[in-house]
Amino acid sequence: MAGADDRVPVLRVRGVTKTFPGVVANRDVDFDLRPGEVHCLLGENGAGKSTLVNVVFGLYQPDAGEILVRGEPVRFRSSSDAIAAGIGMVHQHFQLIPVFTVAENVVLGTETRKGLVLDLDHTRDRLRDIATEYGIEVDPDARVEDLSVGEQQRVELVKALYREAEILILDEPTAVLTPGEVDEFFGVVRNLVAQGKSIVFITHKLREVLAVADRITVLRGGRVVGTQDVEGATQQSLANLMVGRDVVFEIAKGPAEPGAAVLRVTDLGVFDDRGVETVHDFSVEVRAGEILGVAGVEGNGQRELVEAIAGMRTPHAGRIEIDGHDTTHKSPRDVARLGVGHVPEDRNKHGVIGAFSIADNLVLNEYYRTPYARRLLRNDRAIDARAHELVEAFDIRTPGIDVPVDNLSGGNQQKVIIARELSGDPKLLIVAQPTRGLDVGSIEFIHRRIIEMRDRGVAVLLVSAELDEILTLADRVGVLYRGELVGEFDRAEATRERLGLLMASGRVDAAAPA
Amino acid sequence: MTDTTETTRERSGAHRFLDAYFAAAPVLVPVYAILLAFVVGGMIILAIGDNPFEAYWALVRGMFGSTDRIAASLGRSTPFIGAALAVAFAFRAGLFNIGAEGQLLVGATVAAWVGTFSFLDDFPALIAAPLVLTAGVVGGGIYGGIPGFLKTRTGAHEVIVTIMLNNIAVLYVRWLVSSQDPVILRDTNASVPRTEPLPDPARLPELVDSTPPLHLGFIVMLLLCVFVWFVLQRTTTGFEVRSVGTNPHAARYAGMNANRTIVLVMVLAGSFAGLAGAGEIAGTSGFLSPGVFVAIGFDSIAIALLARANPFAIVPAAILWGSMLTGAGLMQQETGLSIDVVRIVQALVLLFVAADVIVRTLFRVRRKASDALETTQLSTGWGSAT
Repeated sequence: MAGADDRVPVLRVRGVTKTFPGVVANRDVDFDLRPGEVHCLLGENGAGKSTLVNVVFGLYQPDAGEILVRGEPVRFRSSSDAIAAGIGMVHQHFQLIPVFTVAENVVLGTETRKGLVLDLDHTRDRLRDIATEYGIEVDPDARVEDLSVGEQQRVELVKALYREAEILILDEPTAVLTPGEVDEFFGVVRNLVAQGKSIVFITHKLREVLAVADRITVLRGGRVVGTQDVEGATQQSLANLMVGRDVVFEIAKGPAEPGAAVLRVTDLGVFDDRGVETVHDFSVEVRAGEILGVAGVEGNGQRELVEAIAGMRTPHAGRIEIDGHDTTHKSPRDVARLGVGHVPEDRNKHGVIGAFSIADNLVLNEYYRTPYARRLLRNDRAIDARAHELVEAFDIRTPGIDVPVDNLSGGNQQKVIIARELSGDPKLLIVAQPTRGLDVGSIEFIHRRIIEMRDRGVAVLLVSAELDEILTLADRVGVLYRGELVGEFDRAEATRERLGLLMASGRVDAAAPA
Repeated sequence: MTDTTETTRERSGAHRFLDAYFAAAPVLVPVYAILLAFVVGGMIILAIGDNPFEAYWALVRGMFGSTDRIAASLGRSTPFIGAALAVAFAFRAGLFNIGAEGQLLVGATVAAWVGTFSFLDDFPALIAAPLVLTAGVVGGGIYGGIPGFLKTRTGAHEVIVTIMLNNIAVLYVRWLVSSQDPVILRDTNASVPRTEPLPDPARLPELVDSTPPLHLGFIVMLLLCVFVWFVLQRTTTGFEVRSVGTNPHAARYAGMNANRTIVLVMVLAGSFAGLAGAGEIAGTSGFLSPGVFVAIGFDSIAIALLARANPFAIVPAAILWGSMLTGAGLMQQETGLSIDVVRIVQALVLLFVAADVIVRTLFRVRRKASDALETTQLSTGWGSAT
């Protein structure tokens, strides 16, 4: 490593400050990227990681400070300036056109023409070269919409390489991948570095940092709180640095004391919006006082399963029973009135109405009942009183209960939902992706609350794509693979490897302990 | 370095002023849009070869130049308030009600028909007039309910359905009123096609005898604004309406019945327009003649947009609209400019309200987070899956 230090950094950020009205997103940030290294930018949501890379990529203009590429000061007025300087970025949300082929997507914006006709031969050749050089295989003529998420990400990478990027910025690249794909992706990253590329890797997942980084820079509240080599760093030390206090990873959790079955699902079949059967022959039981964790890569029927149980989607086969009542064809309100809390996977689409106040959102499914309503009239006093009570009890950080939920951070938005769904004294709690995109502090808080509910005898169905979350919370674990439950065992038998295999292949034999 | 950044957090006096200024942004955009429309309209007048200041001065005097003219302006504005409420209320539920035109006409027709019942003559005004207005409410409500029902049952988009229903209403009502064989609603004693005049007890009293008169319907419309506001803000039904309009997915998740809300909203919206139509029959003309309410429903879309679907803001917006139409006459008299100039200015107002980026850029009005409420509601019409 010492030898590398003498070389000029390929990218250097000096004293960058960027403010938005009312917020300082980056304050006096220093950051340097050495040639051929993977440099992780670590921080919680809102720590300023995205702002920083957007400044580097020319999407934002810094208020102060400068950027040097290979020792030369540069001023990027737009992302095309950055691309011209050899910087490539893979966004968290892919910038691809689904109906175009890989080659068409790659060439977009730099098209070569033969007369009036788009000439893709040259592009195909280049893609083949890139494939051999970096080991990133993509079929140039495949349509992007037919590719898996992991493959689409490779297209994004190839796009940057096609434009001869020397510096690659990867924004939360693993968020959409399965554990197996993540390992594969790390291989690609290693390969790129071996070929002389330099990589800025943005993440908030500590495990990944330790697996892939050469050096780490931690951001907190818009400032750099530390830059260090990966040697000597531990998950604990990084987490403490990131959050600014001691983080507890292990949440105290006694053994489950399960009671009678509260949720009983038999041979369930559910169609998705396109009429494809995404849940198939699914049976499960969740008992009072236990947490059943359903692991699985997203898109294996989780959404339809949860919606069917919550009454938002009508199953075409099978039976759902909650607390002894048949709810197969019941409406969301009927299901909720049986004592079911539902934390939906899509916070902003289903969980809250962003433009409404915190108070309104806290009674979103109770607004028609006493004391929040007297016949047809809203009782604003009772609604406000409830809001004050829940804001206090669930530690929702807000200037007031009349603030639109949109103005809250993701963690606090989720707390609003958790507060609403957990406070109704439920018998069954359906929790889907409860901590997606949240900071460490909020995750810890929400996990504690879920375990508290379990200990009070609530049956909890936890659906999550985060293996860590499943392993932390669940008493029993099942894996959802292509709409079927392919494995179900006690937490003690559920190892990361076993679940990972089941999630990736759905095969039990492959998952059998060696 | 730290010092300079710290200062950005302090709230200077200028900063506070800017905050207050931005907080007013939802009001400022329509105000600027009107201003800008008059400026561009002035340039058009200039291009024609007339003096815009003289023309506008005549227009303003035509609008508010005397008590009589003020009353006429308010009278003219009256049906716009009800019809704009029909559009705005549907907006709040995420629905584009383009059908105020037809709903108003059907309401007016049913009111005119009920008004011809001979027994009304013997009723006191306290019963006869409300009866006629109720007839309008029912007629408009049913006609508004049809697109709501079709949307929830078949997925037919309310924009298409309401546009088509407008045509059906206009042509059908023309036939009802003009047909001589058979005679349906036509007053055979009259030389022009129209319905029989309402008996006196069924007429709404005039507050000012201007042309058009300012009648009690204006007060009814003001009360209707309060009613709509009350429903939206203070009732559980209004909460459902706003939820479905802002985020139908979350509304459904929360156990609200979006379909029921959609039908209810369309029935209510139609009844507002129907009430406006009935009010005109009972308050202004006393009878229905074909073509008399042309474009009121369409102008109301512009008024509802200008008012950003706020029931109280609809009052000034409708008054602006009605009074400009009233004042246009004097402008034409004094300067020889066509009344169409006023229509052009109105069209420009709508253009600048709809394309508010122009106004925001020109006057540097920043978009606030809370503005998103209005924007989503006014732009989810097409293709929103409910």
